[in-house]
Amino acid sequence: MNQVRVVLPPHLRTLAHVSGEVRLEMNSDITQRAILDALESRYPVLCGTIRDHVTHERRAFLRFFACSEDWSHELPDAPLPRAIASGDEPFLIVGAIAGG
Amino acid sequence: MSKVRVLVGTKKGAFILSADGKRQNWEVSGPHFAGWEIYHMKGSPVDPNRIYASQSSGWFGQVLQVSKDGGKTWNAPGGDIKPGQEAPMGGRSNKFAYDTSDATGKPLTTHQWYDGTQHPWEFKRVWHLEPSYSDADTVYAGVEDAALFRSTDGAESWHELPGLRGHGTGPNWQPGAGGMCLHTIILDRADPNRIYIAISAAGAFRTDDGGKTWRPINKGLNSQFLPNPTAEVGHCVHHVAMHPSRPNTLFMQKHWDVMRTDNAGDSWQEVSGNLPTDFGFVIDVHAHEPETIYVVPIKSDSEHFPLDGKLRVYRSRTGGNEWESLTKGLPQKDCYVNILRDAMAVDSLDSCGIYFGTTGGQVYASSDAGNSWAPIVENLPAVLSVEVQTIS
Repeated sequence: MNQVRVVLPPHLRTLAHVSGEVRLEMNSDITQRAILDALESRYPVLCGTIRDHVTHERRAFLRFFACSEDWSHELPDAPLPRAIASGDEPFLIVGAIAGG
Repeated sequence: MSKVRVLVGTKKGAFILSADGKRQNWEVSGPHFAGWEIYHMKGSPVDPNRIYASQSSGWFGQVLQVSKDGGKTWNAPGGDIKPGQEAPMGGRSNKFAYDTSDATGKPLTTHQWYDGTQHPWEFKRVWHLEPSYSDADTVYAGVEDAALFRSTDGAESWHELPGLRGHGTGPNWQPGAGGMCLHTIILDRADPNRIYIAISAAGAFRTDDGGKTWRPINKGLNSQFLPNPTAEVGHCVHHVAMHPSRPNTLFMQKHWDVMRTDNAGDSWQEVSGNLPTDFGFVIDVHAHEPETIYVVPIKSDSEHFPLDGKLRVYRSRTGGNEWESLTKGLPQKDCYVNILRDAMAVDSLDSCGIYFGTTGGQVYASSDAGNSWAPIVENLPAVLSVEVQTIS
């Protein structure tokens, strides 16, 4: 069992009624898809806010970071770094800074 | 004594303004959903404490919120665990998936883009929510890209009424400056099978069979920006209003021109009359006088503010053509706000109240049918929509 840490942007923390990091207990391989599946399962209100309901494509103004690397354009089933799986580093979901 | 609840959607959250029947002292609640665009909120005629809200964001997409206590608390439907279930059903209340099945009318998959090419339908947001007159759990949603959805389970799940996009003119629909939005939904209280909708820029449409089939109702509209100004579709309708007692009479604020029909949209005639400019967005009907209508003229399609910097509501007591300027209490110099299409509403108290919100963050109210006005609030974010509930 892995305990994965996820950091959400402030608006999504408010929407999901969480403060601080989200911690997900996961058995599967730790990939972007697996993390998002687990996140949406635990917080259904987040469905459609990070990735499209139908295509599952990442919403255009959100980015995914792991261990200081931008994983936004990596394949969703690619294994994430060991430090994410171990919980030493959080998986970051970041809203683009835009709008002035 | 009756109460009034004004539901205000803004660029940065929702606000609820409440007063007793005198409409003099207002209580302001909000911002709800701070930081999110609230395109529209509307209460159920069946259960006034049931309020539906469209919450959206360029970053995070669409969220649907529902209150069952008059706006005190909110919930995204489906997030709670119901009796007999181990996990929440949730996650579908913001799922607006276009119907692509052959079995339901082969809905069209492309519309006209700004450059004249064909472009696929892509869901962006919910512009308007229209709760049913007969069932608090049934609500309609008008969305961008233009389509009509219905929920019968309190907004937990949505299904497109595909006949609207399926009737054949979709390739000639095109986005207006604000996107290709279905922004107006009018239900006929006396005939549940009749629904009017309007799309910018496609025009107005009517169904007489509960949404299975639709027909464009744009005969008489004249839009000079179109290659064929009297085309069947392609008109930039900004808003349509109807008095519940006259379901065959509609009033329309078009991109330019104020129009009316008395035969359910089969033909329209212009009633702009003596308006100083017939461009605008809002239009509404007095709660007790079906021939008394209101508009707020805007200078032009390139200058979205009142003419001469004077904020003036215009009222016609003759169903159009003859208009009077209403200015008492409204700024008459240096006013350059806009009033967006869903940002005017009326209450149904004996002395009809009229309300409208501006892109400058003011919400103005008149408790005497427009004779005089006063701001309820003056410094909200830009107002996107205003709806009113009259609560006994």
